[in-house]
Amino acid sequence: MFSYCTDPSLLEGSAWLSCYLTSGTHLLFYGSFGTVLLLLAITAPVALLFGFGGAMASRSRIWPVRMFGKLYTSMVRGIPDILFFLFVPIALDQGFEWMRAKALCATDAPIRQGNDFVVCAAAKLPLSSSPPWVHDTYGIFLAVIAFSVVFGAFAANVLYGAMRAVPRAQLETAEAYGMSPRQVTRRVLIPQMWTYALPGLSNLWMILIKATPLLFLLGVEDIVYWARELGGSKTSAFSYPHPDWRLYYFLGILVFYLLMTFVSERVLGRVARRLSRGQAMMGAGGIA
Amino acid sequence: MTCAQTITDYAFRSIGMGERLLPRADYTLCQQFTLIGSGLIWNLYFAFLALAFGFVLANALAVAKASRNPWARGPANAFIFVFRGSPLFIQFFIAYEALVLLPRAGIDIFGITIQTSWLTRAWAGGLFVLILNTAAYSAQIFHGALMSVPKGDVEAADAYGMTGWTRFRRIIWPTTMRLAWPSYTNEAIFLFHATTLVYFSGFPAFQQRGDALYYASYFADKTFNPFVAYPIAAAYFIAVTLLLIWLFGRVNRRLNRHLPGQVRRVKYRPQIMR
Repeated sequence: MFSYCTDPSLLEGSAWLSCYLTSGTHLLFYGSFGTVLLLLAITAPVALLFGFGGAMASRSRIWPVRMFGKLYTSMVRGIPDILFFLFVPIALDQGFEWMRAKALCATDAPIRQGNDFVVCAAAKLPLSSSPPWVHDTYGIFLAVIAFSVVFGAFAANVLYGAMRAVPRAQLETAEAYGMSPRQVTRRVLIPQMWTYALPGLSNLWMILIKATPLLFLLGVEDIVYWARELGGSKTSAFSYPHPDWRLYYFLGILVFYLLMTFVSERVLGRVARRLSRGQAMMGAGGIA
Repeated sequence: MTCAQTITDYAFRSIGMGERLLPRADYTLCQQFTLIGSGLIWNLYFAFLALAFGFVLANALAVAKASRNPWARGPANAFIFVFRGSPLFIQFFIAYEALVLLPRAGIDIFGITIQTSWLTRAWAGGLFVLILNTAAYSAQIFHGALMSVPKGDVEAADAYGMTGWTRFRRIIWPTTMRLAWPSYTNEAIFLFHATTLVYFSGFPAFQQRGDALYYASYFADKTFNPFVAYPIAAAYFIAVTLLLIWLFGRVNRRLNRHLPGQVRRVKYRPQIMR
């Protein structure tokens, strides 16, 4: 990065540190914080959408749809989220490849052969000829889906509860005005539910922040990956030899997460006060 | 090999009893059920001990957080903030890296050498982190309940001449537990789910002795088929979760037994997940 960094073995003290902390791999490490923020930015709205779908499905009048919604919302209560993070990406990947194999492969050979999952080269995802960034993006895409499925289910729980918390009288008033069920849902239920949903959704946001290091389990090169990579002891074969510093890297990550949750808590507290203004609820004065 | 034989071989594989080698080819359903179930021992071990120790620590923390003395309140607040504000996954990594840095030969204190190597093993190090983590989350719950103990209860105790420890033990604490129990049930469920993280963070699975999810991912990797091993693990977790809900529901009923008709149903709220 700096001009004096050409021969790190001659450097000492703060000059060494400034070169060390701006080496190419460290820049990738800093970039991976961006990956985390990107995941948060994409997952939060997608999960909210999944959750909305799940909550609406569990309120549906059609039995199979309602059963699907109930199943989706209740699955996260009994099953650890980590299990979904391990299961969803590989299941999706095999599902996509299976469908592509059915469409693209000429052979009739079975796809599952004993302990192997075999598809022809044309059906591989991503194609083995595609550049590395496609592989990375595909990995992050699967991670986003996995996170969205799990957090969508959590959000569905929150939104379902919030929809039931909207005072019955409000909906009845809307009905008395001659609104159809769909109009009641769109014009009264959904606008009114947010204030009831906000505490739950804020919690969900905190949980989502704290779930992002699990990206490491999905094979994405995230901050945990780089902290382990960079912190591990480096022999003199490397340009910047140092003993095992992983503890310090992880402490740095800890501070990052503490800051994230602290700031989020502050901001969400403000939003809650804003939204509950004018509501006949306990927190309306600004206590909550 | 019959299924009964598999069960005798692998039922306690996760704690180092029975057959040493894991199955290598032709994975049967029976093997998967047995080994994943065997791994569940570790999940139950972590959950039970972490909840037991964490409960005591959480009560102390909640009282400290409610204290007027800043020397008690400050550290309790800081502890709760750090453990609730950061991911459990990172806490595991930090604990492991910190414990690894302890001198291999043990620490000399007044001529007595204290061994440290066992601390880096999952059964001790992982449990330690889980205790601290659940203590922080539970302390927040208990503190909230402590703050909502009806003033009338405390005044009634005062009127009877109860003070200090007696008042706390007979009046304040039982009401705190009664109020906190529905949320605490959720905390227990999610702590149980969080035990699956131990073997996926820094702590190595010594001699391939891991928890239920460790074996499930082992089978999923070997068979390249996630649609068998993971649902089996999920079924086990659902079963234990239902058991937990039933158990905590019993306690909840007992805590509320003097208030018939007022038993608050334990509601699912994913507030306290890591």
